[in-house]
Amino acid sequence: MIELYNIHKSFEGKPVLKGVNLKIGQGETLVILGRSGCGKSVTLKIILRLIKQDLGRIVIDGEDTTNYTEDQMLPLRKKIGMLFQGSALFDSMNVKENVAYPLREHLKLPEDEVSQKVAQALSFVELSGAEQTMPSELSGGMKKRVALARAIVLEPRYMFYDEPTTGLDPLTSRKINELINKLKDEYKVGSIVVTHEIANAFKVADRFEVIKDGEILFSGTANELKGSKLKFVQDFIKGGTIENANQ
Amino acid sequence: MKNYIINTAASTVEALYRFFAFHWEVAKRLVRPPYYPKLIWEQMDRVGVDSLPIVVLTSFFTGFVLAFQIGYALMRFGAKLYVGGIVSVSLVRELGPVLISLVFAGRVGAGITAELGSMQVSEQIDAMRALATDPIRKLVMTRFLAAVIMLPILVVVGDLIGILGGMLVSVMNLGLTANFYRTSVVNALVFNDLISGFIKPLIFGGMISIVACYFGLTARGGTKGVGDAVTRTVVVSSVLIFLLDAFITKVLFLMGM
Ligand SMILES: Nc1ncnc2c1ncn2[C@@H]1O[C@H](COP(=O)(O)OP(=O)(O)OP(=O)(O)O)[C@@H](O)[C@H]1O
Ligand SMILES: [Mg+2]
Repeated sequence: MIELYNIHKSFEGKPVLKGVNLKIGQGETLVILGRSGCGKSVTLKIILRLIKQDLGRIVIDGEDTTNYTEDQMLPLRKKIGMLFQGSALFDSMNVKENVAYPLREHLKLPEDEVSQKVAQALSFVELSGAEQTMPSELSGGMKKRVALARAIVLEPRYMFYDEPTTGLDPLTSRKINELINKLKDEYKVGSIVVTHEIANAFKVADRFEVIKDGEILFSGTANELKGSKLKFVQDFIKGGTIENANQ
Repeated sequence: MKNYIINTAASTVEALYRFFAFHWEVAKRLVRPPYYPKLIWEQMDRVGVDSLPIVVLTSFFTGFVLAFQIGYALMRFGAKLYVGGIVSVSLVRELGPVLISLVFAGRVGAGITAELGSMQVSEQIDAMRALATDPIRKLVMTRFLAAVIMLPILVVVGDLIGILGGMLVSVMNLGLTANFYRTSVVNALVFNDLISGFIKPLIFGGMISIVACYFGLTARGGTKGVGDAVTRTVVVSSVLIFLLDAFITKVLFLMGM
């Protein structure tokens, strides 16, 4: 269980999060919706403590990480896989070394076992045989899938997906949705998905949270979301994507 | 105006605080493994071996020109016999460490900042941390140790090449024999010169790598931010080379070296 209590964060005096509360359990997928720039990526990074909150408490599997140092965070970060919005592949390494990176860092495995686990993770994202390719030679969607393979290779208990399907074709998007659901069903992975794509959101979500003006505006199931009387929520799901709403 | 001064002072203090806090982060990790020897080795190759050509070139011409100028100046007093001694002492104590460190700041320091800066703005540093690894250990310490080991070695190589360049001039233009030049070098250099010539690049190497990593890891704002960070690295480490050089020279003198 990951719990966030009253998280505040501002950048250079400009408030982004103003008291966010969230809970996410094992085997549950939470979708976070909100307009571009409302602080969704920041929220994920704050949970991993890549960014420190100004105020508020975070508890991960019973451990209060509010005052944790980098060293103390390391074991917890192994439990959480993060797919970055921009993939964040290491561009000095090829695909295989990218996916093998967490394996080499944290498990002392023989080389053939590393290769085998990498191949397995790559086939999971339908990129078998891409081992020797450099990230600069990959399309945006392929990068995202390699980043996903790298995030799941240590078999984390939690997965954070920052816009996993943005910029992907419908078939690949469907694959990614199936993957998110498979990790949930088979491995009881707890997930947070940040997305603008409402159709994809409905395919994976157990619960929704909508962020507006730095606070949680709405929290509930898919049906509750659809039935919500809030104008912002209705505009949001009718608009389909944030870009179309109010612009 | 008053506000402006207060704000500038406050942000300068804050920037200095962060810079020294970064030193502390690196120092803490120096005393505890893991050290990633394979990565250190790789970096030694990149910062050291790959810098050899430019170091050889710079030192050779420095020694060459130095011998020329000193030789002609001394000739007026009929003292050109001392050229070997003067060239070698000024190279080993002063010019070698400072010039080669400046070249090192331009080549290696700028390279480190550009690399780490690009990793920072493309979230690769965040990704390393999210994958439960420590970028300060993997990126900063490996470069710091490589620079501290390799810059003194580069300076020793550079000193030798510079002295050789001076010999060439002495033999070809000043009419000294190679043997005479060599004896004058050996007689002039004392142990303290070598110590001074070795301590400086050791400290400069550490300083340049830390400055370069710091500005790289704190780069913000895309490609332009990386460019600004590289400029800052070269400016700050060049200025610090001169300041530290004056300081170390003074301290060594006080210690009788
Ligand atoms: N490291 C940072 N330094 C300064 N400001 C930041 C930083 N990271 C994020 N911000 C600011 O915080 C706000 C929220 O950013 P965030 O990336 O979380 O948005 P988002 O909800 O993920 O948007 P999008 O849907 O476009 O990805 C933005 O205004 C952004 O400018
Ligand atoms: Mg985002």
